[in-house]
Amino acid sequence: MAILEVNGLKVYFHTRNGVVKAVDDVSFSVDRGETLAIVGESGSGKSVTCYSLLDLLPKPPARIEGGTALFDGKDLLACSASEMRQHRCNDIAVIFQDPMTSLNPFLTIGEQLIEPLIYHPDRSQIQTRVEAKRTAVALLDEVGIIDSHARFDCYPHEFSGGMRQRVMIAMALITEPKLLICDEPTTALDVTIQAQILRLIKKLQETRNVAVIFISHDLGVVAGIADKVLVMCDGTIRETGGTDDLFYRTQNEYTKKLLAAIPEGAKTLPHRAKSDEILIEVTHLKTYFRNQLNTNNSEENRYIKAVDDVSLEIARGEILGLVGESGSGKSTLGRSILQLAPTTEGSVKFSGQTLTGLTAKQLVPWRRKMQMIFQDPYASLNPRMTVFETLSEPLLYHGIATWTTIASQVKQLMDDVGLSQAQLRKYPHEFSGGQRQRIAIGRAIATKPEFIIADEPVSALDVTIQAQILDLILELVERHNLTMMFISHDLSVVRYISDRVVIMNRGVIVEQGDTETLWAAPKEAYTKELLAAIPLADPAAERKRIANI
Amino acid sequence: MYRFAISRLLQAIPVLLMVITVTFFLVHSAPGGPFSADKAVPPEVIKALEEQYNLNQPVWQQYLNYLGDVLQGDFGPSFKYSGRTVNELIAAGLPITAELAFYAMLVALSVGITAGVGAAMRPNTMQDYLPMTGAMIGICMPSFLLGPLLVLIFGIHLDWLPVSGWGDIPGDKILPAITLGTGYAAYIARLSRGGMLEVLSQDYIRTARAKGLSERLIIIKHALRGGLIPVVAFLGPAFAGLLAGSFVVETIFQIPGLGRFYVQAAFNRDYTLILGMTIFLSTLIILFNLLSDMLAIWLNPKLRQEIRGTN
Repeated sequence: MAILEVNGLKVYFHTRNGVVKAVDDVSFSVDRGETLAIVGESGSGKSVTCYSLLDLLPKPPARIEGGTALFDGKDLLACSASEMRQHRCNDIAVIFQDPMTSLNPFLTIGEQLIEPLIYHPDRSQIQTRVEAKRTAVALLDEVGIIDSHARFDCYPHEFSGGMRQRVMIAMALITEPKLLICDEPTTALDVTIQAQILRLIKKLQETRNVAVIFISHDLGVVAGIADKVLVMCDGTIRETGGTDDLFYRTQNEYTKKLLAAIPEGAKTLPHRAKSDEILIEVTHLKTYFRNQLNTNNSEENRYIKAVDDVSLEIARGEILGLVGESGSGKSTLGRSILQLAPTTEGSVKFSGQTLTGLTAKQLVPWRRKMQMIFQDPYASLNPRMTVFETLSEPLLYHGIATWTTIASQVKQLMDDVGLSQAQLRKYPHEFSGGQRQRIAIGRAIATKPEFIIADEPVSALDVTIQAQILDLILELVERHNLTMMFISHDLSVVRYISDRVVIMNRGVIVEQGDTETLWAAPKEAYTKELLAAIPLADPAAERKRIANI
Repeated sequence: MYRFAISRLLQAIPVLLMVITVTFFLVHSAPGGPFSADKAVPPEVIKALEEQYNLNQPVWQQYLNYLGDVLQGDFGPSFKYSGRTVNELIAAGLPITAELAFYAMLVALSVGITAGVGAAMRPNTMQDYLPMTGAMIGICMPSFLLGPLLVLIFGIHLDWLPVSGWGDIPGDKILPAITLGTGYAAYIARLSRGGMLEVLSQDYIRTARAKGLSERLIIIKHALRGGLIPVVAFLGPAFAGLLAGSFVVETIFQIPGLGRFYVQAAFNRDYTLILGMTIFLSTLIILFNLLSDMLAIWLNPKLRQEIRGTN
């Protein structure tokens, strides 16, 4: 019997610019012990659908315009505020996407865990602090928090991302809900941590027989965890069905497009004739930061060794993939190579010229030849500059263009990155995420650089957009004969784009080699663990992979 | 935290030295002196007076002498209130002004936070617009207008409250406290509204809601701590401002506090009193700023730990 049955749900946002139909006539059902995955790109309405069930949307602007959501036969959309509190406390719990912002930084995690128990709306169910703490500590043990008794009184910032997500899961389970809504629970996490968290959710679901709604944009994750899948786009359901049916007997065009966009397998473009000229040479590079949180001033702990004795070479025309989990030092290495972060020791050479130790003024001519593309196209473009201003600034600064030639040169750049020239006078907020990343790429190639570092350039983008941007990058590298260091945590993306791969962990290089060689026969245990943790967008293969861990 | 406090106090020393120096030379460079009066005074009398107060010495000599005295905590004798020292005058006025400032702060905090938090809970409704319009008026309304207005309405028209004095008639502290506190209440209302709006849009408030906590508990336990940090940061400068800026209210309501000495000292060229008051109030401003910074740090567990870590 279905524990939740949603029929004809409509949620509209009433904004100044008109009505946005965030969810339009969506129906689905979930049984006890079943996992329903809702898949879609950003703005598809998958989160709004679930938040509207628990009345968690900001109203206004959101308004539920129609439909029913029967939970155990009672309509969630029609219940009173106090009934809703009962449902939130007893029946339905949510694991939110970002464990960094979803926990209150001012309260200890213990306090946040026991709140639903000690402030329960039903007086007969209120527990004392001591009882609640006992329950909470047991649950922290269950989700894998080591030393749970002592950690009970810690604040969220004292936990890593993966640990915080475990706390979130414990918090969701503490009231023993019948339905668990997981909103992209692993998107903010590293791939090895993601594997652990997914296993944990699966295990807890089986032992407690709860129904799960799993919201995700990652078809690989969905393939392994879901019984049923719902594909959403623009607020409507595009396709729904059993996981195997959906992946192997895809009906809908949009679903096919989603599946096709997943970067899979090796680089498709032919390997370019690799030049023998070494463009970038990094020798014994060290970048240390003073440890702010250090309580004992021992020599060992005084510095955070973000990059610790790294040596590597990049040949002209090569795309080098730099892979690592968060905190591995991959971004710092990139910034150190570009002399954007102060290096502690070692040297960086750019086509024979040592860059370390040069003054800011001496670096100016080299800066033109090295550019960077940043992760977040929403944050890295100046919101008060038009596209024209953003693109013309580096050209004028480096004296590449004059006021008479600037217009045609900027238009040329717009063509290069696939943007219409009519959009020159627009501001960043008028563009979508993918278009903004195109602008950022245009800014990076404006100075005709020889070397570009792309720091997670597609991580903030949807999978279909990601595929377009990756192809654009490959095309530009080819056309302008660029050398690139491509930093990413996403192994599939790196495999798709790189000629050679460097794997980093805790500031040091673990392994490096040609992409396909490394994929076929990883030598180091850490590399093997990383590769084994990648979810596959193929239900049978993914189930086999999970069973093998 | 100790090290943080000590380093901040050490930083205050050059600031205070600058204050003393600039004020000293400014006061002495202003035309006229403490004994130049409307009536003609025989030159030999002035000369004797100047000799008595060491005003016949070169200015730099006076400066060094004064600095030496201040370091020992002695602000010297007042030139106009003969027979009384500046220390005595401050000691006499401070308790009254501090009491007035304390009541004004109570008014400001209770009214300001209630209005601000209430507005943030229902933004862009009447519950938001009404108090915020009030706050705007409160910020615009100078106390020399608000004071007499309150006196007219509550003192004379309705005859509910006494119109002047301090501690003589029951209730005579109410109108001054409201007059002085209103502007600050308005600022605090706007600060707490902004802070609360910011916090209430955070993900962790949504988490608290999803847990089934009551709206009241969410506000009090989850939102207030973060939302009132801007108010806490404002408390230090506000309290110092209340102490230093009370002279208008003290004049309106005939309150024998510090403010009146300050203004009269400036008119009278009472060098030592101006200097003493300025140094004293600067010290208070520095201290209160430090206190409110420490409170803001203490309220944030992450900052608290970082400060502890650097010690």
